[in-house]
Amino acid sequence: MTAEIRTSDGELLSVKLKKVERRRRTTAFLLAAPLLFFIVFAYVIPIFQMLGRSIDNAEMNSFLTETHEVMQTWDGSEMPGEDVTSTFYYELKTAVENKYHGKIATRLNYEKGGFTSLIKKTSRKLKNFDENANFLDQFIDVHKKWGDIEYWQALKRGTDAYHFRKYLTTFDYEQKFDGSIERIPEKLRINVTLWLRTIFVAVGVTFCCFILAYPISHLLSVLPTRYSNLLMICVLLPFWTSLLVRTSSWMVLLQKQGVLNDTLVSLGFVADESRLELMYNMTGTFIAMTQILLPFMVLPLYSVMKTISPSLMRAATSMGATPFHAFRKIYFPLTYAGISAGSILVFVLAIGYYITPALVGGAKGILISNRIAYHMQQSLDWSLATAMATVLLIAVLVVYWLYNKIVGIDNMRLG
Amino acid sequence: MNSKKYDFVKFEQVDKSYDGKELVVKGLDLDIAEGEFLTLLGPSGSGKTTTLMMLAGFETPTNGEIYFDGRPINNIPPHKRGIGMVFQNYALFPHLSVYENLAFPLKVRKVDKSEIEERINKTLKMVSLTGFENRMPAQLSGGQQQRVAVARALVFDPKLVLMDEPLGALDKNLRESMQYELKHIHESLGVTVVYVTHDQGEALTMSNRIAVFNDGKVQQLSGPNELYETPVNSFVASFIGENNTFTGTVKEIASGSAKIETDSGETIVANPIAVSSSGEKSRISLRPERVSIDPNEQLENKFTSEIREIIYHGDHTRVRVNLLGNDDFILKVPNASSDLKLNVGDKLDLGWSSHDCRALDY
Repeated sequence: MTAEIRTSDGELLSVKLKKVERRRRTTAFLLAAPLLFFIVFAYVIPIFQMLGRSIDNAEMNSFLTETHEVMQTWDGSEMPGEDVTSTFYYELKTAVENKYHGKIATRLNYEKGGFTSLIKKTSRKLKNFDENANFLDQFIDVHKKWGDIEYWQALKRGTDAYHFRKYLTTFDYEQKFDGSIERIPEKLRINVTLWLRTIFVAVGVTFCCFILAYPISHLLSVLPTRYSNLLMICVLLPFWTSLLVRTSSWMVLLQKQGVLNDTLVSLGFVADESRLELMYNMTGTFIAMTQILLPFMVLPLYSVMKTISPSLMRAATSMGATPFHAFRKIYFPLTYAGISAGSILVFVLAIGYYITPALVGGAKGILISNRIAYHMQQSLDWSLATAMATVLLIAVLVVYWLYNKIVGIDNMRLG
Repeated sequence: MNSKKYDFVKFEQVDKSYDGKELVVKGLDLDIAEGEFLTLLGPSGSGKTTTLMMLAGFETPTNGEIYFDGRPINNIPPHKRGIGMVFQNYALFPHLSVYENLAFPLKVRKVDKSEIEERINKTLKMVSLTGFENRMPAQLSGGQQQRVAVARALVFDPKLVLMDEPLGALDKNLRESMQYELKHIHESLGVTVVYVTHDQGEALTMSNRIAVFNDGKVQQLSGPNELYETPVNSFVASFIGENNTFTGTVKEIASGSAKIETDSGETIVANPIAVSSSGEKSRISLRPERVSIDPNEQLENKFTSEIREIIYHGDHTRVRVNLLGNDDFILKVPNASSDLKLNVGDKLDLGWSSHDCRALDY
């Protein structure tokens, strides 16, 4: 047994050490606290609230709580009984009195098309209902759609407090009212195409950036400081300009009557009537995104290459290796850390890219993020938008996790 | 022994300039014999490393030709020269193990696997690193990394090995033991070594011959003891070892002896090395250990000095005195002569022979 070690004032060494360290730790925490609170309240909590919307249907559930509860006993195989219809009638009446039946209509319309007009018409006619007669018949009298069992099934499903159906939609699947999961009709499938295109563009842009950045970074790392600083400014210049301005200038350059096409025509490389389609397709997205994301590849590569001593290549050649062999066996393997760090940065940024594809991508060049924006701003299906965003976030986290497993996140350096 | 080539490596009128304005190496003529350990010694910026880099092929001579084993090599790229090289910071490949580092030059030469293993084992044994095959360079100490670097430069049996200040990054004790080790390796292999250093102690202990560089030129090329005992100019005298100097004008000159009047007005009898006529300005060089204290015997030069400072150095004591107007005249007094009582301010009689005191260029 080791004897307890005490400090000269008689306290246990371990206790004393903790005491002394505690003050230091508290100071450190207090210094970091403002940033921590800012991140938590302005970033983490809003994001998770937003992502929660992809499964959250609590508001709808609260509008029609009792109807939902009563419907749990209804198996959906035949038309609902009077217990369901009467509860629905009373709750819809409360909704009309409190003027939130519009929200119910919009929300149910996501479950099944036609619900908007159905609820609106029913709401108007609600005051004519005889509360002692059969409710189902009166509903059908108001609108014959109430005679279609699918609307009642949609009502049951649409009032669940939580559901995961938006994640199915994200991958072009749907859940039928009988519970089976099927792909949606072929002409409606768009999301999977966009996911694949997004991944293709992200991988492609990463590769293009790598091909362009490798020689630039090497040059940066070997040039004398005087020239390398100038070159570094050229690389970083895009950072100092607004993303929108940069993308717009690409539009000026790439359009059919743009600078690039004009130059090619005047030099005689391209005939005037067959000007190149460089914009509103994948080419535009690729060119603009590669240019914009290039610095994110250059910086990690440069920081790694700067640490590689030139004497390593000299040593390799002095031992008889040709310059190419020395590059392949010595220099290139030593830049793996930079390549992987740059690739993951560019890939993660590219996979969520929005403005550039929106402006230069056209219909053939848009990515999943543009679809998310569409659902946020135009279709107003926030649940679907956030479901897509969640999938995107998880994809990025998986990439980070893989990177950390294979390379180690602490190998990432930017300069 | 007669088949040994004395011009195994030959520099012929080699100039080198980096910027087109200044010459870093000026008209270098240098012959290196086969099996020799030749050191290029000089202060930084003297052109010694540039000379080595030209021989390795990493720099191109601006003028002149370099021959290696009879062939001109100016137009041969470094990877075809077959010259081993040890770099200042070892330049071990950090992503390869010790074994893979050593295997690199052999794999390039398409040596087959069993022979690679045999040669690596033999070389590692030579630098006493057997058992370290699977370590990564970062897991080795500075001295071990140094040995791996040496082993890697030797493993493919080059006829010529270049070393660019290989011991510069090691601490003093390790550096000294590595000096002996390198010397023994050189002796047992008989390989030709060209060694660059700015450390004169290193050069004196290890080399067969030393080329002292300054200002892009070889100032003196000779064996270690010759270099120390008989420097041919004042740069070499002051660069190698400790040195006391006087400046003066030649008054009388005869073969083997010259009378020189120092700036303080006294006359010293000196050995004329780089002076030939009276009236010439000269710098006189005298090694501290060649000065006798309280001289009994008949010496041409006898003067009285005054002690200014006494510095204890363990095995000896350094005494700084004022002599003939020179306030920085250093004496080395071995601590065995404990009967000597020295105090600052005491007068001290000093003397030396004219042969040990060399009149060099000004």
